[in-house]
Amino acid sequence: MGFLHRHRWLTPYGLLAAGLGWLAVFFVVPMYYLAATSLKSGDIDFGYAFTWAWGNYAHALGRYQEQLLRSLEYAGIATLAAFLISYPLAYWIAFRGGRWKNVLLLLVIAPFFVTYLIRTLAWQTILADDGPVAGFLRTIGVLGADGRLLATSFAVVAGITYNFLPFMALPLYASLEQVDKRLVEAAEDLYASRPVAFFKVTFPLSLPGVFAGTMLTFIPAAGDFINAQLLGTPQQAMIGNVIQSRFLVLNDYPEASALSLVLMLAIVGIVVVYARALGTERLGT
Amino acid sequence: MTAVVRFARHHLLTAYALLALAYLLLPIAVVVLFSFNNPNGRFNYTWQGFTLKNWGDPFGVPGLWPALQTSLEIAALVALGATALGTLIALALVRYGFRGRGAANIFIFLPMATPEIVMGASLLSLFLAINFQTGFWTIVIAHITFDISYVVTTVRARLVGFDRHLEEAAMDLYANSWTTFWRVTLPLIAPGVLSALLLSFALSIDDFVITNFNSGTEVTFPLFVWGAARVGVPPQVNVVGSIIFFAAIGLMLLNVVRQRRPQRAAAPATATATVS
Repeated sequence: MGFLHRHRWLTPYGLLAAGLGWLAVFFVVPMYYLAATSLKSGDIDFGYAFTWAWGNYAHALGRYQEQLLRSLEYAGIATLAAFLISYPLAYWIAFRGGRWKNVLLLLVIAPFFVTYLIRTLAWQTILADDGPVAGFLRTIGVLGADGRLLATSFAVVAGITYNFLPFMALPLYASLEQVDKRLVEAAEDLYASRPVAFFKVTFPLSLPGVFAGTMLTFIPAAGDFINAQLLGTPQQAMIGNVIQSRFLVLNDYPEASALSLVLMLAIVGIVVVYARALGTERLGT
Repeated sequence: MTAVVRFARHHLLTAYALLALAYLLLPIAVVVLFSFNNPNGRFNYTWQGFTLKNWGDPFGVPGLWPALQTSLEIAALVALGATALGTLIALALVRYGFRGRGAANIFIFLPMATPEIVMGASLLSLFLAINFQTGFWTIVIAHITFDISYVVTTVRARLVGFDRHLEEAAMDLYANSWTTFWRVTLPLIAPGVLSALLLSFALSIDDFVITNFNSGTEVTFPLFVWGAARVGVPPQVNVVGSIIFFAAIGLMLLNVVRQRRPQRAAAPATATATVS
């Protein structure tokens, strides 16, 4: 046995080298270029030059504050809706799934096997003005005679909720599955009612899943532009729509880069605050 | 009284869960249903009548087949690349204690915590800055980049119960490191690696946002659908979407069945692997 055997401590670094090297070149370095681009000025015809143009940030924020706030709002509502829909579902599969667990989980992630754009287009069909859902809601009077479902904030938030729901359900399931049923039984033996046992034992133990699920839903939701594009109108435009069109249609790279970084910072800020809040809550219970 | 309440709650939860599942599956049913639609105009939004002609000629729409072919080629390359890189990282993270492991764990998580649009935009910034023409290979690079973290997570989950003593036993029996890896380590982690291959293939074939930034003039299947959405999506798109769906579900079921079998046969299988 040669070099590798004598220098065994090197082995993990050898295994990491290729993958981490790849991520350094194609994940970290691009972030540097994104930041550099966000401080450039000029225009697409004569080229952009690096000038420490901090004004791009002020300009981008001033002009697209509305879309940025709307993105965070839509993402927040969609995350909450996804949580409310998938927690009971994940709980049901974890505690009542029995030998059907794997099949039920497959059904939960089934939407991922239909191309993202195609399943969003399916919502276009479902929510269409002459579709069955809008027709039914008009008949029972929930929707006005010329009321619409498509091209509203509701449609966009519903689309986002749907598209990222499995990201919420899977971590919830994973943590609920690991909850030791004997602890719940012990609580009930000690005269805790079922709801009390749930809120004092099961729910706190599932908090890691709640945290992972909300993160995995909120982050892609805040950056999404497909739902707003296909199910909404410019009135529902999110920050992703702005970044996409400024980058790829108008070729305004500096401002699009500045907006990307602002979005990133907003998300990091929200994640940190949220992690703190959930962490203290866990200590408190 | 409590029995009644308990009964009601028991079934209330079941009803709620079944409704949630129905909600998840409804759009899939719509996609499959509308692949049999016979639309009058360019728009495949309302039901006009049943036909099999879309399934008889799924690639009758110009551009659809080349786009799907491009997507399949990219996904195959990406699955191989990302799975190789990610599996090595997962092996290092689970089986070795080393300086910097915590940092490496956090670093691996970062790409998953980055919105796709930011990742797409940053990669394009890089390619623009170094004047690298975007196209087929930049899509491959971009997809491998976002797939690696998912591969690490998948393989790591399967590696956690891994018994290092089996490798040591092989080494004690004079197998060198290479033989040990091929004959002992790889067979043990194979289910995780296979899941990672499937997952990275699926993520690649489905990706729109990052691809949209880094595709140049290359057209993948999602990009084709995006283009078609502006002028009216032909029902053939639903046919291809349904085929992808059923193929993926079939592969997943196969994987589930395969993994259920070794669970029962685990003990003799590992024994054989160590002995041979």
